[in-house]
Amino acid sequence: MDIVLDFERPLLELHKRIAQLRALEGEDGVNLSASIEQLEAQALKLQERIFTRLSPWQRTQLSRHPKRPYTLDYVKDLCTEWLELHGDRAGHDDHALITGTARFQGRPVAILGHQKGRNTKENLDRNFGMARPEGYRKALRIMHLAERFSMPILCFIDTPGAFPGIDAEERGQAEAIARNILEMSRLTVPIFAVVIGEGGSGGALAIGVANRVVMMENSVYSVISPEGCAAILWRDRAEGPRAAEALKITAKDCLSLGVIDEVVPEPAGGAHRHPEQAIRTLGECLARHLEQLRELEPEEIRADRYDRFRKLGAFTQIQASA
Amino acid sequence: MANQGRRWFEQRKEFVAHKRSEGGAEVPDLFTRCPACHEPLFNEVLAANGHVCTMCGHHLRIDATTRIKLLCDAGPLEVHDDHLLSVDPLHFVDSKPYGQRVAASRKKAGCNDAFLAVSSHIHQVPVEIGSFEFAFMGGSMGSVVGETITRLFERAAERERPAIVVSASGGARMQEGVLSLMQMAKTCAALARLQDRGLPYISVLTHPTTGGVAASFAMLGDIILAEPEALIGFAGPRVIEQTIGQQLPDDFQTSEYLLDHGMVDRIVRRGDMRDEIGILLRQFLGLPALPRAQRPANRASDDDPALREGTDAKLEGSSP
Repeated sequence: MDIVLDFERPLLELHKRIAQLRALEGEDGVNLSASIEQLEAQALKLQERIFTRLSPWQRTQLSRHPKRPYTLDYVKDLCTEWLELHGDRAGHDDHALITGTARFQGRPVAILGHQKGRNTKENLDRNFGMARPEGYRKALRIMHLAERFSMPILCFIDTPGAFPGIDAEERGQAEAIARNILEMSRLTVPIFAVVIGEGGSGGALAIGVANRVVMMENSVYSVISPEGCAAILWRDRAEGPRAAEALKITAKDCLSLGVIDEVVPEPAGGAHRHPEQAIRTLGECLARHLEQLRELEPEEIRADRYDRFRKLGAFTQIQASA
Repeated sequence: MANQGRRWFEQRKEFVAHKRSEGGAEVPDLFTRCPACHEPLFNEVLAANGHVCTMCGHHLRIDATTRIKLLCDAGPLEVHDDHLLSVDPLHFVDSKPYGQRVAASRKKAGCNDAFLAVSSHIHQVPVEIGSFEFAFMGGSMGSVVGETITRLFERAAERERPAIVVSASGGARMQEGVLSLMQMAKTCAALARLQDRGLPYISVLTHPTTGGVAASFAMLGDIILAEPEALIGFAGPRVIEQTIGQQLPDDFQTSEYLLDHGMVDRIVRRGDMRDEIGILLRQFLGLPALPRAQRPANRASDDDPALREGTDAKLEGSSP
């Protein structure tokens, strides 16, 4: 089943017609190349028009598209020797957040990432990418492992948020997230984080305290989901598009707020249309940043991360009275 | 002057609040009705009891200034970073622009943002301590709160003092978007540095402590103390109910529930909080025990010029 977003429909119709003409040409041997060329030029124009003017809400929809590359897709394409490692050593293994080790360009790395499913069965197993405390504690275990063996850590962020459930609260969801944030800040190995889809609040930040944080062009990063925000501010989840606008959650907005270091361009039409190309572009970005971070001494890496987050925020000072 | 105005305003606010809840029945403003047992309580008696109901023991909400007065020793006190002011990085508008919302909150709560940080003493131990101001936009954490708390931890590390944070917050401030989220990382990173210096940090959880505040420094105390019956958790109960479509257990996300699940060290009544913090700090720092008779009084009985001056300066300075 192919999920088509409303704003993509005209473009896909065009593509369909081009494909039909091509088939016709092959069958009958008539020359339709002029018409095809014309339609292709039209499609290109239309694509540019749609994708250069995406609203924050449209990007939110794209960021949730089930055909987008997920953590495992990136890892399998970009790395070799990927071995998934399981369990928090306290009774649980969370399938919504996967961890393991691999090699990137021949060098050992540790990998953490939220993992969504593409169908109902997978999503039940992956809990829609919403991790429980055990997921964050497993991630912390792997981070400490990486610290001991001097392996850079790659974090793939793709979650609607940490799971809000009774069991998650019982086992200390808040503490698990908080602990990860604090512990990440003091690691001395390079950490690279990328928001590949949804960057949902604390659940995202719990694997997001990195030296370099980048976002795929059509991903979002937010303190609260647009729908959640709308429910609070306008008492109506349907106001999501308005909240998406107000919250400044797109990659471009996050870059201008200083929250991320780079926007990774997606292929025309979005990562879900050409996943291999999106994965390749991220790979180049990752290689470049790791190269830079490799120059730093362990203490410099820690300090670099501290300074990066220390300056985030926007405020002013009033004159103290004499 | 400003302080008096504030006191008057708060009394009026409480009075109006229970007048409403009683469906318009007149209650003289010498009294406050306990929101739990509905008994009318003499304001003076209530204040003397740390705003804990003398009938049922319910802990009423108190502002940051009162909190500091109850916890700290009488004597010198220094207010920090009360001149920091929110800007509107997102140009956020819901029913009104964020700038107007902040202005209204400054007027209502009598402070510039949702956190009061001071240097003072508890049981003669110098401490860096701060409290959330719930009346200011639900104690939400935006850039100013994040910066003030970060500086509190950094100051504690620099001066080699313990840190104490009293939380009362709905979480991150939506109106500052992802920058509010980043305050969680900023504060926790500063806290890590404090821990690396071997200095203790005590987190005090009061009603309510949820969202991004719970999921950062609030749950990271070397010791976590909670007031009775406070709501503490990551996700709000309504969100959880909607997500799982089930009724929640009665005591879900209360201090008592967290204690049962190993998430807090102790539940401490407000009247005992100061002594328990003092005892713990002196133990951790290897200081001799301070017999009850030698413990200094708290600031509650004081007129407290230090805190009042802070407030006055703040309000004068903030007038446009």
